[in-house]
Amino acid sequence: MGRYFAVRIGRAALTIVLVVTFAFVVLRLSGDPALMILGPEAPPEVLAAFRKAWGLDDPIWFQYLDYFGAIAKGELGRSMRDGRPAIELVLERIPATLALTLPAFAFKVALGIPAGIYAALHRGSGIDRAVMMTAVAGFTVPSFVLALLLVLVFAVQLGWLPSGGQDSWRHAILPIVTLSLGGAAVLARFTRSAMLEVLGQPYIRTASAKGVPWRKVVTSHALPNAAIPTVTILGFMVGTLIAGAVVVESVFSWPGVGRLLVVAVANRDLAVVQCILLLVAMTMVTSNLIVDFLYGFLDPRLRAKGAHA
Amino acid sequence: MTPLISIRDLSVAFNGVPVLRGVDLALQKGEALGLVGESGSGKSVTWLAALGLLPRNARVSGSVRLDGREILGAPAAELDRIRGGRVAMIFQDPASALNPVLTIRRQLCESLALHRDLSGGTVKAEARRLLDLVGIPDAARRLEAYPHEFSGGQVQRIMIAMALAGNPDLLIADEPTTALDATIQAQILELLSTIRHEMGMAMVLISHDLGVVAENCDRVAVMYAGRIVEEAPANQLFADPVHPYAQGLIGALPPLDGPRRRLTAIPGTVPDPASMPDGCAFAPRCALAEAPCGRAAPTLAPIAADRAVACVRAEASRRALLGMAAE
Repeated sequence: MGRYFAVRIGRAALTIVLVVTFAFVVLRLSGDPALMILGPEAPPEVLAAFRKAWGLDDPIWFQYLDYFGAIAKGELGRSMRDGRPAIELVLERIPATLALTLPAFAFKVALGIPAGIYAALHRGSGIDRAVMMTAVAGFTVPSFVLALLLVLVFAVQLGWLPSGGQDSWRHAILPIVTLSLGGAAVLARFTRSAMLEVLGQPYIRTASAKGVPWRKVVTSHALPNAAIPTVTILGFMVGTLIAGAVVVESVFSWPGVGRLLVVAVANRDLAVVQCILLLVAMTMVTSNLIVDFLYGFLDPRLRAKGAHA
Repeated sequence: MTPLISIRDLSVAFNGVPVLRGVDLALQKGEALGLVGESGSGKSVTWLAALGLLPRNARVSGSVRLDGREILGAPAAELDRIRGGRVAMIFQDPASALNPVLTIRRQLCESLALHRDLSGGTVKAEARRLLDLVGIPDAARRLEAYPHEFSGGQVQRIMIAMALAGNPDLLIADEPTTALDATIQAQILELLSTIRHEMGMAMVLISHDLGVVAENCDRVAVMYAGRIVEEAPANQLFADPVHPYAQGLIGALPPLDGPRRRLTAIPGTVPDPASMPDGCAFAPRCALAEAPCGRAAPTLAPIAADRAVACVRAEASRRALLGMAAE
């Protein structure tokens, strides 16, 4: 049991280092922050002074070591645009993003999981087909298309809701709906197939043959088994709470972490982008770890296997 | 005497394809009946249908009476009381027949809570007693273990304990030893027969292993392509099979004593359920088939006090067999 988690924590740390390294290298190879921030008309000596000030002249391996040294001291760098610490810029945007992603997550779970279970239990029925068709539509339509469609209907045509901004709770409705629908669709499909898989297992027949009423066969025999694959997708969704709204925030001009990321990448504001990526990698990895813990909790077979894995 | 359970003209079709085509079967209290036949002949489907355990795409018709009371199409609550309480079932692959995420205690006590009037502490004590009874050592501690922590033979013992939890009158053992090693097989069969005698329980032993059936059953029914083709006391069936298919099955067994001989295989394969021949389903593979065999499917008809055969050539087949023996 202890080893099961030790191995996973080790892997998690490695994943974070790899993500940060990759982001570091790609960002530095894909454009010059000095040019992006000061503009192409800036005099060469100004550009040179900017590069020197931010250490962009140093060899990349030196910058890399420097960066990790700073992280070890808890320094995540400063924004090249306004000189403020990157972490401050990012942290002040997080509440705005969570104001969208947390309610959206709740809706995904509340809609997707019951719909999937219901569809599986009534396989082949009209409702099953309706749920599946909605689900397929829900995750094949990209979120920016859905967002624009919702804006067109509810903001432009009907005028019920604002099309963008962050002035009141009414501004949050369309972004939250956009985020929820796609996720609920994915969850519904996933839950349905997990349930169908479990319902076909011999132990379900055993439970019925014992005289367990069907309702209890579903709740105490099928659901605990179907929860195992479903938790995977839930963990993935928790991992996207912080940076999963990039597109939606952009469409609805919602000043969250996603919009900050878009602006920072466009400006090659290295410290800010790296700070966001580090944060995203950490939430992803943490949620994966939680999923692994939950697996061990939900599936006694994994607890045993983990001892040798 | 009313039989414990009697099945009349039981038919099952999956999505319009008939797999069970009119099965008649009766079982007395305490009797052990063997059900043999190739895979797909309808042995398991008969009992899953009788207990309403088939998926919804199965169309079931006919009659199943338990103590004279019709149970086919009975309300769910009544079926739930019968399943496990009057008729219990154990299955072929013990490893997947227990819920992997629940402890043995949860699964055993669930059966006890459903069918026995026991309260808190006594439930657990009874669960321990049942594990002891089926020969799981250190029962108190093992109750808290999960199915994957047991061997295949042990899991089948636990399945048997679970089946006994409701004090059933009938145990359907569906290929209970097929997935187990030969030595474990013998232990499980012995356990089943001991318990059956102690509890006076009737048993249906579904198997494609004729040896297993011969040793453990009073009476045997042979199934072919969704019908019973011959029914006889075990010793008579093995000594003197009448239906050509039963003869083929027994001819394919090596004799333990006596001279070595070439084993006879039944030529051909079981017909596809979607395209059954008009007459006798065995006719295309039968050495004795004649024109009348292709016309109508023969019904199970008595040929002696407690024997029945579904074959229009039963007499000829019997003579052919005697002739073979005389050679």
